[in-house]
Amino acid sequence: MQAWIGRHAQTALASLGKLAESPLATVLTVLVIGVTLALPGALQVLVKNALTVSGGWQGATDFSMYLQPDIDRAAADQLGNLLASRADIADVTLVDADEALEAFAENSGFGAALDALDNNPLPHALVVRPIASLSPEASALLKQELENLPEADIVQLDTEWVSRFQAMLQLVRRSILLAAGMLGLALLVVIGNTIRLDIQNRRDEIEIMQLVGASDGFIRRPFLYTGFWYGLAGGLAAVVLVAVATALLAGPVSALAGLYGGSWRLSGLDLRETGVLVAVGVGLGLAGSWLATARHMRRIEPK
Amino acid sequence: MIRFDNVSKRYPGGHEALSNLMLDIDAGELVFVTGHSGAGKSTLLRLIGLIERPTRGQVLVDKRSTRGIGRRGLAAYRRDIGMVFQDHKLLFDRTVFDNVALPLVITGLRPRDIGKRVRAALDQVDLLSKEKQRPETLSSGEQQRVGIARAIVARPKIVIADEPTGNLDPELSRGIMTLFERFRDIGVTLLIASHDLSLITEMGHRRITLDRGRLTADSANPSGQQAFEID
Ligand SMILES: Nc1ncnc2c1ncn2[C@@H]1O[C@H](COP(=O)(O)OP(=O)(O)OP(=O)(O)O)[C@@H](O)[C@H]1O
Ligand SMILES: [Mg+2]
Repeated sequence: MQAWIGRHAQTALASLGKLAESPLATVLTVLVIGVTLALPGALQVLVKNALTVSGGWQGATDFSMYLQPDIDRAAADQLGNLLASRADIADVTLVDADEALEAFAENSGFGAALDALDNNPLPHALVVRPIASLSPEASALLKQELENLPEADIVQLDTEWVSRFQAMLQLVRRSILLAAGMLGLALLVVIGNTIRLDIQNRRDEIEIMQLVGASDGFIRRPFLYTGFWYGLAGGLAAVVLVAVATALLAGPVSALAGLYGGSWRLSGLDLRETGVLVAVGVGLGLAGSWLATARHMRRIEPK
Repeated sequence: MIRFDNVSKRYPGGHEALSNLMLDIDAGELVFVTGHSGAGKSTLLRLIGLIERPTRGQVLVDKRSTRGIGRRGLAAYRRDIGMVFQDHKLLFDRTVFDNVALPLVITGLRPRDIGKRVRAALDQVDLLSKEKQRPETLSSGEQQRVGIARAIVARPKIVIADEPTGNLDPELSRGIMTLFERFRDIGVTLLIASHDLSLITEMGHRRITLDRGRLTADSANPSGQQAFEID
C-alpha cells in the first residue's frame, strides 16, 4: 500500500515537472480553464448577492392603499389614525393627493400637461406598514381586510415586484447551470485536446513502454495526472479570478448601497462554492484526459 | 519453448518476409539467426515479441498459441520477454539508469530493489560508471549495451536480440555473448540475430539460416530441414 502511494506520488510529481518544463503553454491552458470556470462562478456570485439584497427588500411589506376619490383629507387622516392603532400595523403615512400630484409633475416632466387638468385626478393614499413579525398569511389577510374597508379603492402590496424580481433571478440561476454545462463540455474538449497533443509528442515513449510490457493503465497514469493538475490549477485560477472581480466591485457596490441607505456588502464565493469550483475543475481535468487517452493511446502500436 | 508452426508473414507492401517457417526451440537453448540483409531475421524476432502477427500459421510460446493474446494480455506477455532492438529504442530524455529501470518500474518493484538490480545489470554490460548520463551522450555501442541491460534486468524467460553486437568491437562482442551464455545456463531461452559469422562459429551454438524468408539451414537439424517444406 505504501509503495503504491509512493508510486502514485512519484507519477504525480513527474507530471507536474513535465508541465513546468513548458511554462508558457501550461499557463495559457490553465488560464483558458480558469476563465471558463470563472464565468459561471462569477454569475453565481452575482445572483447570490442579488437574492440577498432583494431578500432584504422583501421584509418591507408596505401596502399602498388608495382611497376612494370622495374621501377628503380629514376623513383620510381619521382613517390613518384608526389603522395606526391596530396591533398588526406599525405605522401609517398619509400621502396627500395634492402633494402627490406636485411630486409627480416635478418628476415626470408632464408638468405642463398636468397644469391643463382643472382638478386633481389623484386620490389621497395611505402607506400602511405592518409590524415586522407579521407572517405572509397574516399579511395577506390584512390586505383583504383593508380592501374590504368602504374607504378603500385599491390596495397594493409594494413588494410584488420584489417577488417577480426574485423569480427572475431563479430563472437566471437555472440558465447559469445550463451555461455551466455547456462550458464544462467545452473544457472537456480543451483538456482532451491538450492531452492528445501531449500523447502525440510522447509517441515514441509510449511505444517503448509498450515494448517493455507496460500496461495501458500504467501508460495512462501520467496523462491522467496531467489532466488532474490542469483541472486543479484551472479551478484555483477561477477562484482567484472571481475573488479579484469581487474585490474590484466591492467599493462601487458599497457606495451604491450607501446611496440607497443600505449597508449590504458584496459577498464572494463561500467555502462550499470554492470547493465546488475546484472539484469541478479537477473532475473535468480527469475526465478530459481519460477520454483523450482512451481514444488516442490505443492507436499507438509499436513498430 | 518457442514453436513456429508453418508461419508466413506478408507485410502490407505485398512482399513475403517469411515463408512457411517451421521451427522448434527448447527452453534454455541459445540460437543464432543468420542470413543476408532482408532475409527476415528481424521479422522472425518481431513475431515472437508480438510486434507483428503472422499472416498464416501460428507461433507458440511456452506451449501457448500467441494468437489468443489480445491487447489486454500483451503487456503481461511482453514482461516475460526481454527484447534488444536493432535501433536500441531508448528514452532519450531519461538517464541510463532510468532506461534500464523501466521494465522493473512497470512491475511495481520497490525502489530499493530496483536500484540493486539496475546496477547489477549495468555492471554486466560494463556501464556502471555511466548510469547518470543520458543516452545521447553515449556512443552507439554504449547505447546498444544499455538496451541489452534493459532486456535482461527483469530476468525474462526469453531474450530476443536483434544484432546486439552490431556496433561493438570484437572484445565487447565476446563479453556480451558470454553474458548471454550465462543466461542460457540459468534456463533462459535466447534468440540472437547476428551477422558476426566468425563469432557465431567460434561459440558453436545452434544456428539457423534464413534466405529470402525461408529457413535454409539449421545446425540442430542438418539434413531434415528441407523435408518440412511443402513447396
Ligand atoms: N514494416 C515493414 N513493412 C513492409 N516491409 C517490411 C517491413 N519490415 C520489413 N519488411 C521487409 O521484409 C523483409 C525482411 O525484413 P527484415 O527486417 O526481417 O530483414 P532482416 O533479415 O532483419 O534484415 P537486416 O539484416 O537488414 O536487419 C525485407 O524485404 C523488408 O523490406
Ligand atoms: Mg533486421
